[in-house]
Amino acid sequence: MTDIPVPAPAAAAAPSASGLPAWLSAVHPAWWILGFLLLFMPAMAGDFVLVQIFGWSFILGMIALSLMFLGGYGGMVSLAQMTIAALAGYMAAVFGTSSVAEISLGLPWWIAVPIALSIATLFGVVVGALAVRTAGIYTIMITLAISAAFFYFALQNYEIFNGQRGFNGIRAPVAFGVDWRAPVPFYYLTLALAAASYLFVVYVGRAPFGLALQGIRDNARRMAAIGYNVTAHRIAAYAVASFIAGVAGILLTWQNGQISPGTAGIPAVIDILVIAVVGGLGHPIGPFLGALLYALLRTFALDVFSAFGFESTRFNLLVGVAFLVVVLASPDGLVGLWRRWRDRRRPAAKPSGGHR
Amino acid sequence: MSSVAERLSATGTANALELRGITRLFGALAALTDVTISVRPGERRAVLGSNGAGKTTLFNCITGDFLPTSGTIRFFGEDITSFPPHERIRRGLRRTYQISLLFKGLTVVDNVYLACRGVSRGRFSLLRPRRGDAIRAAAESLVEAVHLTGVRDRLVGELAYGQQRQLEIALALAGAPRFVLFDEPAAGLSPTERSELVEILTALPRHIGYVIIEHDMDVALRVVESVTMMHNGRIFKEGAPQEIEDDPEVQDLYLGGGHG
Repeated sequence: MTDIPVPAPAAAAAPSASGLPAWLSAVHPAWWILGFLLLFMPAMAGDFVLVQIFGWSFILGMIALSLMFLGGYGGMVSLAQMTIAALAGYMAAVFGTSSVAEISLGLPWWIAVPIALSIATLFGVVVGALAVRTAGIYTIMITLAISAAFFYFALQNYEIFNGQRGFNGIRAPVAFGVDWRAPVPFYYLTLALAAASYLFVVYVGRAPFGLALQGIRDNARRMAAIGYNVTAHRIAAYAVASFIAGVAGILLTWQNGQISPGTAGIPAVIDILVIAVVGGLGHPIGPFLGALLYALLRTFALDVFSAFGFESTRFNLLVGVAFLVVVLASPDGLVGLWRRWRDRRRPAAKPSGGHR
Repeated sequence: MSSVAERLSATGTANALELRGITRLFGALAALTDVTISVRPGERRAVLGSNGAGKTTLFNCITGDFLPTSGTIRFFGEDITSFPPHERIRRGLRRTYQISLLFKGLTVVDNVYLACRGVSRGRFSLLRPRRGDAIRAAAESLVEAVHLTGVRDRLVGELAYGQQRQLEIALALAGAPRFVLFDEPAAGLSPTERSELVEILTALPRHIGYVIIEHDMDVALRVVESVTMMHNGRIFKEGAPQEIEDDPEVQDLYLGGGHG
């Protein structure tokens, strides 16, 4: 294991034939097109689409991404991610500014946001510590129980969570000369943070921490037998996932301008699971695909339903049926659908290894 | 005073493995009863016995997959009886499993990389290994050592059975092992693969001792210098391979009586 010759540094630094660094030319053209489209979306779409469809998708996608990180990499399905996001949103309201002046401390955003994120991450660690010794359905049950407990606590606690009414009048700050509550800046804010979380999860998937998490998913007992503290690793994964969920929770609160117990209600908790599963837990892009589909259905199902002459109050039926179709057609979600389509187009191609 | 003694023992006077009065109960069933074994550093020993003799339970107690009901385990002089598995592994203990326990969703080289990373620093690193990373290079050479270079980028779930067994061994040789427990490494292998296995075992550096559970006497007795026979959770006989092979009681119990 010693004195292993290191490859010549020239090979590491040499640009590829196209003159671009290797990591840049390795990016698939489809990503360039997607990036271009998303960057110039404000030129094509109105404020409603920017914030209510895309902004919302990015935010829900990040919360579902935190579930994908735990579930897809770590094999731990946590139903607490929406709750952790909501706690971050609540804390941003408590430490920052809202219309509920008797509770909100009115600290500037650059203090309130880090505090909110720290509390959410810490809470995630506690949830993790409680959940990681269980497996499978029991992890789901314990995290669901925590979510339900949080919902009722927020509903009945008036000192911190302001009970049923929660907080309103919470706004994204004006910072660096930009009013982040305006639709276009808010779109870019959510896009940038969603892209950063996505790239982080992709990157970490090939780093020791992420690889070890996938090893734990495949075989926890063996991970212990090659020197890993499985419990510590799992709890650390909860911390990372909770930080991502926390960022999204604050964005969600800024987008809605309010937060109340319903934000972390059981239907919202289940929605995150549905988004992650429909999008696919096999790749970090899945949660964002699921979130976009969810946002589109939630926004337009009502119109589509009334257009066909059904009673409009039953529009959730369409949402449910659409998700059912995806899951039946592809148990590994939209990502799986896309992978199979790609493999069918290139039947000779070698199967890809792991998460990339 | 005791710390001086411990340090002395850690520098080589102690046995690699020292089990004293290990008993393991599963409810009313005694899987192991008062097992006492010493293995010197660098010693290579076979544990033989019919199914249900307690061989794998013994391994599980040594690696901490579960704890013994009573008794103590010392590893190079250090009392590891109540250590969690990963702490034992980080001290240089390794094992393979009878049924391959691998990371089927990862590639061959990533499996070995995880094993190399598991006994070094940076297990929690969020940074990808850089070009020329020493642990990565160690993983590559280990993949080569067990003849898996040709399938290094394949998902482990897609490997043939024999290749999975070879990978199982690679995971146990990662880092700087001081002592390895092999649990039936030859099970299910073809005759060619068996002789490859014997080659790998005999090619291990002399300072690495091991205990091997093996039903195939041809494999077992070629790669060890001492043998422990177990029966019904107890030590039945200990001795050199030839002594055990020639022992009438052993023949009666194990070789003659079959092991179904």
